Amino acid sequence: MKKIEAIIRKSKFEDVKQALSDAGIEWFSYWDITGLGKSTEEQVVRGQVFQSSYIHRRMLSIVVRDVNLEKTVNAVLDSAWTGETGDGKLFIYDIEETYRIRNRESGSDALFNKE
Amino acid sequence: MKKNILSILALLAFSITTLSAQNAAAIAPKIDAGDTAWMIVATAFVLLMSIPGLALFYGGLVRRKNVLNVFMQVFILVAVISVEWVVVGYSTSFGSNSIEFLKPFIGGFHWAFLNNIGINDLSPYFISHSQLAADGSTVGTIPHIIFIMFQCMFAVITPALIIGAFAERINFKGFLIFSVLWSLFIYNPVAHWVWAADGWLFKLGALDFAGGTVVHVNAGVAAIVTAIMLGRRRDYKGHAIPAHNITYVVIGAGLLWVGWFGFNAGSGLAADGLAANALMVTHIAAAAAALTWALLDWILDKRPTVVGISTGAVGGLVAITPAAGFVGVPGALIIGVLVSLVCFCMVAYVKPKLGYDDSLDAFGVHGIGGILGALLTGVLATPLVQSAYSGAAYGNFHQLWIQFLAVGVTIIFSAVGTIILFKIVDKLVGLRVSDKHEAIGLDETQHGETAYTNFD
Repeated sequence: MKKIEAIIRKSKFEDVKQALSDAGIEWFSYWDITGLGKSTEEQVVRGQVFQSSYIHRRMLSIVVRDVNLEKTVNAVLDSAWTGETGDGKLFIYDIEETYRIRNRESGSDALFNKE
Repeated sequence: MKKNILSILALLAFSITTLSAQNAAAIAPKIDAGDTAWMIVATAFVLLMSIPGLALFYGGLVRRKNVLNVFMQVFILVAVISVEWVVVGYSTSFGSNSIEFLKPFIGGFHWAFLNNIGINDLSPYFISHSQLAADGSTVGTIPHIIFIMFQCMFAVITPALIIGAFAERINFKGFLIFSVLWSLFIYNPVAHWVWAADGWLFKLGALDFAGGTVVHVNAGVAAIVTAIMLGRRRDYKGHAIPAHNITYVVIGAGLLWVGWFGFNAGSGLAADGLAANALMVTHIAAAAAALTWALLDWILDKRPTVVGISTGAVGGLVAITPAAGFVGVPGALIIGVLVSLVCFCMVAYVKPKLGYDDSLDAFGVHGIGGILGALLTGVLATPLVQSAYSGAAYGNFHQLWIQFLAVGVTIIFSAVGTIILFKIVDKLVGLRVSDKHEAIGLDETQHGETAYTNFD
């Protein structure tokens, strides 16, 4: 079991969501984040144009079975790509154990519905 | 205010009536229900401009760590200046002085604690509706006390406007002392000069229908002085720091717009055609200014912004304030378009060049908009609205000169007075928060509260 943590452009979220759905990923969590980095964003406040160093991105957390890892990673890499600086990052972690709260099912069986 | 002319007319009318109907019992002056009802509503509207209008407008523009501090600053000013107003503020602004040479400059203490004012007394101040009192003087048609409360709301919002300049870095105690002193020594005298019956600018014929000079130029100049003296915010990098909650900014600007109908249309102190005209030109100027700013954003910076259109609307409202009782729709349109052009240039190009940190553009919008509005009043005042008043566009160049003088004197007085008060308060209690507290945020360090939490 692996956890994929992806930082992506907000503008690519809909594409990534669709790609994950096409790859058979049934659920994931996401939230908005602010960070600092190399890329800057142009902002306009009362006619003043300036480069803001605060970068707004979306973070996705996707936990998958090992068998699904490669296609999930590829789905994100392909769909979140624009080629410009600031496309984001993707991290992969090992997951020690998973439990489904409803029936105490554990291991990778808890990650998907067999139906 | 056309008090002088009206008194003469009323006196004439009075002598004619007394001649034609000798010994006829004089009609006792009466409170006009319609005028009074409108003034009570207008007073509430002007309060609405401060809380929550201005509080939301400014609070939305600062960062999330300072929003409560801004709310608190506006809120406590409503409380403390209202008390100051009944104690000495009204008396020194609108009262007359027993010391002869001070009469044109500051009122005395005759009305301190609103002493000598009864609940059924009629307002000695009036614009278009007046009547003869038993003692032969001319009075208005509304109770004196509602005039006092209406003016109280003006006294409250003026120091609150300055908050925009020093937001996010001022010590709360220092702010409070400074604001009270500023009201006592800057606002009250200037209000006396321009609006009181024996004020020297009033007698000179300076036109300021609802407070362009007294409120906006005055506060705007104090704003740039405090912004420069307090220094830049630690995180200021030569450009505006993005607003933390633009929905607040919109709600605030909207409430200011609504409240401004009371501010301007109430300044005629009657429910009549002049008030209706003031409401109309206020609305038209705000609309023209909002539209102009949005178009400038759109053309120059690719997209129309919400902060931009809100700022434009407020700029239009500021600029029409002194003119509301003197111009018609063409004047309102010209003022609305010009104020956005000028204020946009000011905050987008001039401010970054000069490098001062006027956090929320209190000077860029209120100061510059107020100056422009006061001067344009001297150009665009039309005899079609009040027949006694006309501006340079109608051949009366003298009016423009008087407007220049009134604005110039207010700028100098406000700037010098603010510098002195700032120095005194800074020596006494300190005005700038520590760098660490500024970094943590004023909500936490000044009030021990936070506006937003991630959890219940």
